[in-house]
Amino acid sequence: MTADTAKNFGPAFKTNWWARAGWLAAFLYAAYAANYLDVSWIRFLRGLGNGAEFLAEMVPPNFSRWQLLSANLMETVEIAIIASAFGILFSLPVGLLAARNLMPLWITWPFRTFIALCRSFHPVIFAILFVKAVGFGPLAGILTLIFASIGFIGKLFTEAIEEISLKPLEALRASGAPFMSVIIYAVLPQVLNRFIGFSSYQLDANLRNSTMVGIVGAGGIGGTLFAAFQRFDYDFLAAILISIIALVMLSEFISTRIKKVFQ
Amino acid sequence: MSPAPLRKWERFTFSERLARFAVFLGFAVALSISLRSVQIIPEFLYDAPTQVADLFSRMWPMDFAYYPAGIHDAMMETLHIATLGTLLAIVMAIPIGILGANNIVHFPLLNWLSKLILVSSRSVNSLVWALLFVAVFGPGPLAGTVCIGFRSIGFVGKLFAEALEEVDPGPIEALTASGAPWFSVFLKGYWPQAAPAFWGVFLFRWDINVRESAVIGLVGAGGIGMVLDTALNLFFWNRVSVILLSIFVVVILAELFVTAIRKRII
Repeated sequence: MTADTAKNFGPAFKTNWWARAGWLAAFLYAAYAANYLDVSWIRFLRGLGNGAEFLAEMVPPNFSRWQLLSANLMETVEIAIIASAFGILFSLPVGLLAARNLMPLWITWPFRTFIALCRSFHPVIFAILFVKAVGFGPLAGILTLIFASIGFIGKLFTEAIEEISLKPLEALRASGAPFMSVIIYAVLPQVLNRFIGFSSYQLDANLRNSTMVGIVGAGGIGGTLFAAFQRFDYDFLAAILISIIALVMLSEFISTRIKKVFQ
Repeated sequence: MSPAPLRKWERFTFSERLARFAVFLGFAVALSISLRSVQIIPEFLYDAPTQVADLFSRMWPMDFAYYPAGIHDAMMETLHIATLGTLLAIVMAIPIGILGANNIVHFPLLNWLSKLILVSSRSVNSLVWALLFVAVFGPGPLAGTVCIGFRSIGFVGKLFAEALEEVDPGPIEALTASGAPWFSVFLKGYWPQAAPAFWGVFLFRWDINVRESAVIGLVGAGGIGMVLDTALNLFFWNRVSVILLSIFVVVILAELFVTAIRKRII
């Protein structure tokens, strides 16, 4: 009886040979790459021993230098806020100029390249270049995050504009409205809500990144973090990490509240 | 006959407008406080264009001969770190994602634990993770791979958990009713429905990781970043420009590759 059913209907689930081959390939690749990178089990286990020591030195976190810590956190937040304000301000025109349904090709092309450039480099690389250009301190961090914001908001905003309905534009143009009125009354009302959404997300992202740009000298808590690492000051390091995580969680909480306001 | 009184239509209620206004006001206040208290030396800003021009003049002409000599191997190492790190992240993110999906695991404490792991992974920046693992494993690609893996758990795990929570309960019920063991229910009920989203997330994260693995070398975690760091410290600006150009090209190629695959499988 059972054999009969099996003959008539086949197995309940067909074997997916492609999936199996894919998993096998992934496994083989992992083995090859681990060998290439000289990643071995012995080194990993030795590292785990170091890791245990490392964690033991981090406990208990040392909050005795809380004044330095809070001053650094303030600077981090300041960098994030200023950079977001200017980044949002600049990405509005850049996004409009890069939209292919509003502008001719010779305008969109350079702006799209600019956005792609801002996006493809990690903020740290911008931070290094700006530290060379304007010296150590928060200014380099602010400039870095402005470019990162233009890359992110600019790209998404351009895509949002390219998806709008063109009918209101046509109506305004037919009635002889000048270019700025077309933008203000036909384009922006369709995309402003999404723009605010991207902006609040970017504020969050800028805060995360402003904790890091200090590692290369661009202001904020990253500099203190890096110094704590180099001086093996691991209990202070733990305090810094805990306050960064707390700050990021707080900002995530605030940004979800803001999103609710604008829904 | 008098005309009917005009009704006033409004898009938002009074409290909605008040909340919006409060957000804008709060941001404006925060901005003005920040602008007043941040320590910026304005002379440095005025000087910036000259400095940037100087930087570019030092970067030109690019030293392309350095690519085969010093960059190519490091670039391959970066790509391997990104890929192996993403695979590592998958291995760790699948169990954590399952723990976080509240329709599979019904213990709120475990859900909460998984959320905590995911949030910590995302809050700590990749460079900070890299510093941690360089301290643990010593400089080199092993630290970089583990750093990329730990950094990506948060992203992959969160989206995988969300994909699992959106699964249609019909097939699960059918499998449970026919007495399938838990593992079969997962493999044949949950996985086929969540797999497309999962592979999409994997590709997306790989694309991000190519970008990130290019810089974690700056703190000693292997790959092209270490070459960049050396060139920067020795002021070889014409090498720096070639390194930046090759990072740009690889990142763009990775993005095009991911977009092409996503179009085919989704």
